[in-house]
Amino acid sequence: MVDWIVLWDGYAWPGIIIVAQVLLIVVPLLLAVAYLTYAERKVIAAMQLRKGPNVVGYFGLMQPIADAVKLLFKETILPAGANKVVFIMAPMLVFILGLVGWAVIPFDEGWVLADINVGILYLFAISSLGVYGVLMAGWASNSKYPFLGALRAAAQMVSYEVSMGFVIITVLIVVGSLNLTDIVLAQKDLWFVVPLLPMFVVFFISTLAETNRSPFDLAEGESEIVAGFFLEYSSFTFALFFMGEYANMILMSAMTTILFLGGWLPIIDVAPFNWIPGIVWFAGKVALVLFCFLWVRATFPRYRYDQLMRLGWKVFLPLSLFWVVLTAGVVVAFDLVPRN
Amino acid sequence: MEGLLAEYLPILIFLGIAIGMAALMVVASYIVARQRPDSEKDSAYECGFEAFDDARGRFDVRFYLVAILFIIFDLEIAFLFPWAVALGEIGVFGFWSMMIFLGILTIGFIYEWKKGGLEWD
Repeated sequence: MVDWIVLWDGYAWPGIIIVAQVLLIVVPLLLAVAYLTYAERKVIAAMQLRKGPNVVGYFGLMQPIADAVKLLFKETILPAGANKVVFIMAPMLVFILGLVGWAVIPFDEGWVLADINVGILYLFAISSLGVYGVLMAGWASNSKYPFLGALRAAAQMVSYEVSMGFVIITVLIVVGSLNLTDIVLAQKDLWFVVPLLPMFVVFFISTLAETNRSPFDLAEGESEIVAGFFLEYSSFTFALFFMGEYANMILMSAMTTILFLGGWLPIIDVAPFNWIPGIVWFAGKVALVLFCFLWVRATFPRYRYDQLMRLGWKVFLPLSLFWVVLTAGVVVAFDLVPRN
Repeated sequence: MEGLLAEYLPILIFLGIAIGMAALMVVASYIVARQRPDSEKDSAYECGFEAFDDARGRFDVRFYLVAILFIIFDLEIAFLFPWAVALGEIGVFGFWSMMIFLGILTIGFIYEWKKGGLEWD
């Protein structure tokens, strides 16, 4: 009998708690993904003086649900020439990677599923793996447009990942820790967006390129390569790509918030502001960054491929590398090295 | 070791749940929706034309160049991560050691730039 108690207290009960915590993250996240698609259509419609979705439910609020149900009842097409296993695995991989990054995100002080010491490295690794999903989809489809789209998307994603890595390192030099909670707490007095403003701009533009968002959505340029790497997908295999991409967008916004906008910290630590719970600040900042994603899409025309590569390799890479050296130099020269 | 495992266990469970959800959604859609494949529907899309050869052909060598450059710089970032965290302990000596390394890499990058390896026309 004793064994059962040990088994329950030691393994089953903590396991149940962890599963509940995971669901507490995943369910709101999927809702956020659904309503981000709605927000995107509404915001862009408002910027173009249209109404956007307004038929399904009040103000069109049931539109994302209707879209999901429609996709669920569509036929899953497996192209005859495709490599079937890889073809199915690619959207699943993109979706899974869009979710698992959230395991280390601190929503408030102590509100984090896995408070690992190498949090930012884990996030960087997860976002880098996204390129595999794209390459797998483009190769497995065995169709010309997806192949070209995947090549473009992969080259674009790795190009901007380099400058993203340098930006993360500048923040690390200032913080002296890879833990995401430490990174937020180091911004108690001053958000990093102020001293590291150029890096914030580079990081934001790189996240646009990394998530294949407009104005860097060449991988899916519909006038030249139709839809890019997910051209052959239908039904829920397509929906998984879509959801994974949007979950990734929210993840990148959360990363921007944690690295530069002070995570869950209020604007100033005085009475009316610090009454608001940290999670509200966090969600608000993420929503603000996401709004900028949509704003950019409604405002700017698409880049050309040579301009995209020039910006990534000839502007952002030297600039961010220079800024790493500058930050490290200032920190060492004036002995501002963080000690913890 | 015990603590390390406990830290990473939630991530493993999260991964399991994510895989389960992804599989469930694809399978559910496959079961719920009516599947009626035919040869026209399953052929590769090529703007209405019949696909006239295999899609996995040759492609521009510059994609390789980008990939190689990426490996070099990503490796550099992998070196910089521990350096950035430990900058407090290694001090001025550690700083200059890394500067020499970055300097050598920058020379290579300038060479690549001048050779036109970064041009896309």
